[in-house]
Amino acid sequence: MSDQSVTVARVQEIVAAHQGLEGPLLPILHAVQAAFGHVPEAAVPVIAEALNLGRAEVHGVMSFYHDFREAPTGRHVVKLCRAESCQSVGADRVAAHAQARLGVDWHGTTADGAVTLEPVFCLGLCACGPAAMVDGRLIGRVDEARLDAIVEEVR
Amino acid sequence: MKDFVLPDRDFGTPAAKSKQMVTLNIDGFDVTVPEGTSIMRAAAEAGIPVPKLCATDSVDAFGSCRLCLVEIEGRNGTPASCTTPVAPGIKVHTQTSKLKQLRRGVMELYISDHPLDCLTCAANGDCELQDMAGAVGLRDVRYEAVETHFRAKDTSGGANPQWLPKDDSNPYFSYDPSKCIVCSRCVRACEEVQGTFALTIQGRGWDSRVHAGARADSFLTSDCVSCGACVQACPTATLTEKSVIDIGTPDRAIVTTCAYCGVGCQFKAEMRGDELVRMVPYKHGKANRGHSCVKGRFAYGYASHQDRILNPMIRDTIDEPWREVSWAEAMEFAANRMKAIQQKYGRQSVGVITSSRCTNEESYLVQKLTRAVFLNNNTDTCARVCHSPTGYGLGQTFGTSAGTQDFDSVEDCDVALIIGSNPHSGHPVFASRLKKRLRQGAKLIVVDPRRTEMVEGAHYKAAHHLALRPGTNVAIVSALAHVIVTEKLYDEAFIRSRCDWAEFEDYAEFISDPKHSPEAVELLTGVPAEEVRGAARLYATGGNAAIYYGLGVTEHSQGSTTVIGIANLAMLTGNIGRPGVGVNPLRGQNNVQGSCDMGSFPHELPGYRHVKGAEVRAIYEKAWGVEIDPEPGLRIPNMLDAAVEGSFKGLYCQGEDILQSDPDTRHVAAGLAAMECVIVHDLFLNETANYAHVFFPGSSFLEKDGTFTNAERRINMVRKVMAPKQGYADWEVTQMFANAMGAGWTYTHPSQIMAEIALTTPSFAGVTYDRIEEMGSIQWPCNDQAPEGTPLMHIDGFVRGKGKFIRTEYVATDEKTGPRFPLLLTTGRILSQYNVGAQTRRTQNTVWHDQDVLEIHPHDAETRGIRDGDFVRLASRAGETTLRAEITDRVSPGVVYTTFHHPVTQANVVTTDFSDWATNCPEYKVTAVQVSPSNGPSEWQESYEAQASLSRRIAAAE
Repeated sequence: MSDQSVTVARVQEIVAAHQGLEGPLLPILHAVQAAFGHVPEAAVPVIAEALNLGRAEVHGVMSFYHDFREAPTGRHVVKLCRAESCQSVGADRVAAHAQARLGVDWHGTTADGAVTLEPVFCLGLCACGPAAMVDGRLIGRVDEARLDAIVEEVR
Repeated sequence: MKDFVLPDRDFGTPAAKSKQMVTLNIDGFDVTVPEGTSIMRAAAEAGIPVPKLCATDSVDAFGSCRLCLVEIEGRNGTPASCTTPVAPGIKVHTQTSKLKQLRRGVMELYISDHPLDCLTCAANGDCELQDMAGAVGLRDVRYEAVETHFRAKDTSGGANPQWLPKDDSNPYFSYDPSKCIVCSRCVRACEEVQGTFALTIQGRGWDSRVHAGARADSFLTSDCVSCGACVQACPTATLTEKSVIDIGTPDRAIVTTCAYCGVGCQFKAEMRGDELVRMVPYKHGKANRGHSCVKGRFAYGYASHQDRILNPMIRDTIDEPWREVSWAEAMEFAANRMKAIQQKYGRQSVGVITSSRCTNEESYLVQKLTRAVFLNNNTDTCARVCHSPTGYGLGQTFGTSAGTQDFDSVEDCDVALIIGSNPHSGHPVFASRLKKRLRQGAKLIVVDPRRTEMVEGAHYKAAHHLALRPGTNVAIVSALAHVIVTEKLYDEAFIRSRCDWAEFEDYAEFISDPKHSPEAVELLTGVPAEEVRGAARLYATGGNAAIYYGLGVTEHSQGSTTVIGIANLAMLTGNIGRPGVGVNPLRGQNNVQGSCDMGSFPHELPGYRHVKGAEVRAIYEKAWGVEIDPEPGLRIPNMLDAAVEGSFKGLYCQGEDILQSDPDTRHVAAGLAAMECVIVHDLFLNETANYAHVFFPGSSFLEKDGTFTNAERRINMVRKVMAPKQGYADWEVTQMFANAMGAGWTYTHPSQIMAEIALTTPSFAGVTYDRIEEMGSIQWPCNDQAPEGTPLMHIDGFVRGKGKFIRTEYVATDEKTGPRFPLLLTTGRILSQYNVGAQTRRTQNTVWHDQDVLEIHPHDAETRGIRDGDFVRLASRAGETTLRAEITDRVSPGVVYTTFHHPVTQANVVTTDFSDWATNCPEYKVTAVQVSPSNGPSEWQESYEAQASLSRRIAAAE
């Protein structure tokens, strides 16, 4: 089987497992992302057909949420908070440092495929800003040194 | 030419349907509107337009633009008038200093991210953003546009990632994201009006963009069906017809009726000079209610296509090239030939075929030509090959040959049973209205061998799809009736009061026989019995149940029996005579209903009255001053048989391409070749014209006055928006020819022809052009009993008195599969093409469908070594052709499917001459075939192509 048909078959399994839910689209997108690390382009028409939706609708929902990715990430994802509260305690500085240190822009992945850098708007950790999230784990009071430590850890 | 002031103001939100009225006060005026109306609409009805951008009355209120704010005394804040319903006694202010300031602020933000290139913009003068900037008094914009969506380059000269290029992939309209204000009217129109869900808002916040399809799609590759609803809804130049970009904005509009399918949509033909700028669906068209499909909206280019013939042509034999001559010479030539034929071979040796694409008046004249001038009844029409069984079946059971409902009725339907029809492709505007009802919760049953687009799609799915084997309609319909009768789901009160109880008992006894049970016919039909039982229970008990059917019912050897079976189903369950129910034949062509009404059949004078009736003949003998032949004339197949035998020699064929559209092409060709004078009256040198001696160039629907009658019996006006390119409207050409034959007709306007029809035909007695102008359209019967016309038929009693139950014995067709021809071919159509494609093939609709393809199940393809896209040979007992294969599980194993839009394929070479037992309607839908790999066109295709190119030569002018 080609890669494409493997993908489609896997997506069909996921859809079948969730189809009974009320409002199954978001759970399916989550499950697909969990399985592939992103939502492959080939998954969209499969999901649309199974749920009697237009392809555009699935794309619209998916593109509304930044966390549904169209392409795979690096092995680790570092998210830096860009919201006002963190900005007021130095998030911009940390962000610039992170970009320089990793050599990537926002949404970029390092050449070795190790780290993807993402902006995020408010992690709800305003009291301990600047905040970051590394592979789903929250980290507070991120300054340049802590960021370097994070990068060391994930590389 | 008539210019109309069109009352199609935009009220902002759809009308509410409540009967409860509410009075409120807007800007000091009391306004009374139905409960549930928005404040915006109430104000608009009082003549006070509230500024708005995201609201339009074709879609529900959305409340995103924040321009339509109002103040309500005693309520906090400034609610959006589009999303706020009226309440009794409230006092609304639409224009206060606070509102003015807020609106100006909102507009300032909009304009800060919009290019200010109004003078060179395609929507200049037709732009709601421009209008609103004026309405709110926007004078300056304080915000400097740094990051924008509309500049291709940012301030430092680098590429602006927010800027998206135009999407010109659709042939008819362009999408320019730089002008978009993301009001989402297009997305909502696609969802609510059309029901395709092809558009979405991609991203969020500042990144929100209108997008077609999934990420990598363009408008062309998305699900978009190019209906134009989004273009119509767009308030700016973001979605614009390419014709408007090319020509400019129109300066006037004339309401007319579409010349494609039987839905009969009304359009505004928007003109500049005598150039048609665009066709826009007319909001007050009662069949379409402001909606359209790709054909009516955009595919009118054929009317000015270079292939159109503008001069009359004649030739002595069909192997000569055509000679262009004057109208007078052509008339004389044709009349002399016809007269000579009648002298030599007798009165019955000539005949006519009326067109289902021409107007009622034109059809009437053509049948009058044969009855009053040729003095025989040899007239037939293409309804012979489509809905003649409807005429017979509904005539026998209900008493009249017509659909029982109007299209508005679908809004009250709870269960739709679609048999042998694919409205998604064939009747798209009706399909959109049905899908809207399905999204509101109505249930759907589809009976079709193929999993058509109607079975499931965005936000609808049939509760039951009975994928029967082609040719077993009667068995399935009888099985449905069997379940209803044996499970006692019938409506006894209705049957007792409206039908003959003894006839019902006879029918019930017949249908209760276990041989009609779903279990017994499962082997024949291939449909699981449980599905049939479920469908029958749903139809009988699901509330208002309406049947919509098409050519998949009629074009069978038992087409008439199936129509009778359908009528039985409706009578059994009492689904007749009120909104939301009924039996609705979906007519294929714009004026099939009309051409039948006008007496185009060889046995019927106008109004479906048999020629054997002396009193009916007397009416016409008095009106026309001739004696009318009391014997029915020849049907199309009889004409061709007689031609091959040598007794039928002359034919006047208006606006129909029998060679391509009628079954068993080789037989048709042989018949035409045997005639001595074939007159073809058409826009193009169609396939039939290859065998013609005289060619009268025709006029398009844009070039003449008249009326079309749609599938709901609605007589719509067709209005002349430009002068005929070849000089004469079709009715004038027929009149010239009749007069050359010595008729002495003196019509100067089609309204006089309609007056003659009304005078002689009881069901049209009250129809006049003035009345149609006044009412917009009229549904016949329109006479003293029903001066306003008749939207619903059989309300208190059937036209024939009591509804008649007739036994429906299933007799399998003689066309059977066997070892040599193991597959069953069935045919259909596709959204972007229409009938034989004479019109749509000459438009850019070909980007969606440029050739006929053969759909074949993967299993059947595999055993034959056929891959997707392969050239294959399709052979039946009648003939063979070649085309490309598409492998799909839309068809069941053992069934193959194709369309008949393209003359190179000529699917009808393959179809047989089996036909309906009652009406001779050909059995297009069932042909036993074999499919095998091929590497080139069949012998017939090659010899036909050679003959056609030889025959189409036109001699150079001397």
